[in-house]
Amino acid sequence: MRSRTPRPRTFQRGLLALLLPALLATACVDEPGGAAGASGDEIKVGILHSLSGTMAISEVTVRDAELLAIEEINAKGGVLGKKVVPVTEDGASDWPTFAEKAQKLISQDKVATVFGGWTSASRKAMLPVFERNKALLWYPVQYEGLESSPYIFYTGATTNQQIVPALDYLASQGKKKMFLVGSDYVFPRTANKIIKAYAAAKGIEVLGEEYTPLGHTEYSTLVNKIADAKPDAVFNTLNGDSNVAFFKQLRGSGITPQTTPVVSVSVAEEEVKGIGPENVAGHLVAWNYYQTTTTPANDAFVKAFKAKYGADKVTSDPMEAGYNAVHLWAEAVKKAGTTEVEAVRKAAGGITIEAPEGTTTIDGENQHVAKTARIGLVQADGQIKEVWSSPGPIKPDPYLKSYDWAGGLG
Amino acid sequence: MGALANQLPIGLSIAAVLLLIALGLTFTFGQMGVINMAHGEFIMAGAYTAYLLQGLTSQSFLIALPVAFAVAGAMGLLLEWALIRRFYGRPLDTLLLTWGVSLVLQQLARDLFGAPNVQVTAPGWLVGGVDVLGVRLPHNRVFIIALAVLCVVGVWLYLTRLPAGRRMRAVVQNRELAAYSGIATGRVDRFTFLLGSGLAGVAGVALTLVGPVGPSLGTFYIVDAFLVVVAGGLGQLRGAVLAAVALGFLNGYLEFWTDASLAKVLVFVAIVAFLQVRPQGMFVVKGRALV
Repeated sequence: MRSRTPRPRTFQRGLLALLLPALLATACVDEPGGAAGASGDEIKVGILHSLSGTMAISEVTVRDAELLAIEEINAKGGVLGKKVVPVTEDGASDWPTFAEKAQKLISQDKVATVFGGWTSASRKAMLPVFERNKALLWYPVQYEGLESSPYIFYTGATTNQQIVPALDYLASQGKKKMFLVGSDYVFPRTANKIIKAYAAAKGIEVLGEEYTPLGHTEYSTLVNKIADAKPDAVFNTLNGDSNVAFFKQLRGSGITPQTTPVVSVSVAEEEVKGIGPENVAGHLVAWNYYQTTTTPANDAFVKAFKAKYGADKVTSDPMEAGYNAVHLWAEAVKKAGTTEVEAVRKAAGGITIEAPEGTTTIDGENQHVAKTARIGLVQADGQIKEVWSSPGPIKPDPYLKSYDWAGGLG
Repeated sequence: MGALANQLPIGLSIAAVLLLIALGLTFTFGQMGVINMAHGEFIMAGAYTAYLLQGLTSQSFLIALPVAFAVAGAMGLLLEWALIRRFYGRPLDTLLLTWGVSLVLQQLARDLFGAPNVQVTAPGWLVGGVDVLGVRLPHNRVFIIALAVLCVVGVWLYLTRLPAGRRMRAVVQNRELAAYSGIATGRVDRFTFLLGSGLAGVAGVALTLVGPVGPSLGTFYIVDAFLVVVAGGLGQLRGAVLAAVALGFLNGYLEFWTDASLAKVLVFVAIVAFLQVRPQGMFVVKGRALV
């Protein structure tokens, strides 16, 4: 091999150039939050989702919904007479990047608040950044619960608003044997811990518990294991592109929704489109909102979204939760009369909006929101039909304190 | 016990996927030594070709195979002609270069088709399955196995029976001597790249049956593709075939006994251990170059 002596030095210099911005970013860490985004006649807010990488499939749509909400607020005169200006950053499906970009939004752009995240790993990466800077994050996705940071508002479902109702539904359908499938990270593992505690208390048998790495695409072995175990239902906590591979490979294996329905908690309208409705039709999903949910606010939301992004676009639960987050934040700022973080936090408790999913109220104590649980059946046209819903909004209980079987968790 | 035997056809079908994604790389990486990180994006280009062609005719899925070969091949040709040929003999620069190209292509796909996955509807005759050794093997898996066999036979015939294939082997074995014998090595390089990239496109069409079709599709397969080529031995068709089959069964059984995450780790460990014993891979090309 020919050697080129100058190269190592240029390489080192390149490396330094790459690292320098990161070093500068960390150097700014301890600066105080300051004016919290409100300068002149503008309020800056951060939007931090993965616009590239494996999670982009899901997160880009949430960003779109959040931008729509900001547009709506500005059309009505903004917040406190000021225009809301979004600053968008790409978390790149990479957890350290989320922390780094959150720090950048807070200390460099001086945003009033940040809407962002999808995977629990990204939220856990951002949490210390927001707590250290005393800045606010609105997290719009259903998650595994067992968390309640004073600097995060959780507008997606916690477990007692999604997973527990789904288990109740399966039990009511006489499903006694379950197989658990999930991506290998914090949400599926914690969710399955809760499911196993529930199963142990209610006499449900867990036949298998399998995890695959994020981005895994080879499911034939797992499908074979499911076929071999013969469960009554599969509880699916896979995330991202893996769902496409899983459902495509499940079909044709002889496992049908009639014999073994799969209940998914991370497959919504957008994912159904990418999986191919014919591959997932007849299986169940658990969420708080579907595009087909009938409320006046949802008619307006779906119409506005299609008008802005195209008639072929679908709306889904996390998008709606992101859209709600922006509106809930705006109402809290209006009530507080300032974008100052502690005042907004204090004002947020009890804020209610008529969201596309129905009445949504912020719980001042744990900063989650009360939501209605809904079980849906995937249709051949890619839409989801509601087959069951809770009688009203369920009070958020991230630590499952009101469930006696959940004593050992948390 | 039944489930254990069931893993046989499953191992075979994993092997077929591995072989399809790695076959093109045996040319570009194996024969030419170009660490082409954009190989995965050529697979993605093939998948999007199938997406764009669907619905045009009733057999558009089959038509997509040659079209994807042409599309991905043309992209490979362009990449070789515009960039890679200026970087021969500088593997690390090529690695960075093609990695950059792969990022550009991913973003391009994101801008053209949107970030969410798109759907390629499998033709009716690929829906359903057959029972093999007591395991239900979906038709699309049978199709992928058949396609992999077809591609290997085609490549083998090309390399051994056609003058163009002989020229390619001559260039791999001793570039200077081939050049002095009147072979236009630059043109052979370009054609090798076209062939390797085109095969990636064909793999992309097949993968729409079993995996996601989105901008990051290539990133899911690129590491596996390199593993197969490295374990098989550079530039060796039979090496790639054997490595794909070995890794397919290894993956299938290890995942059956443990779980997907652990199986992945164990496969890596097995490959590292194997390369300690045989750094050159399963087979080595007998080069006559004076190095």
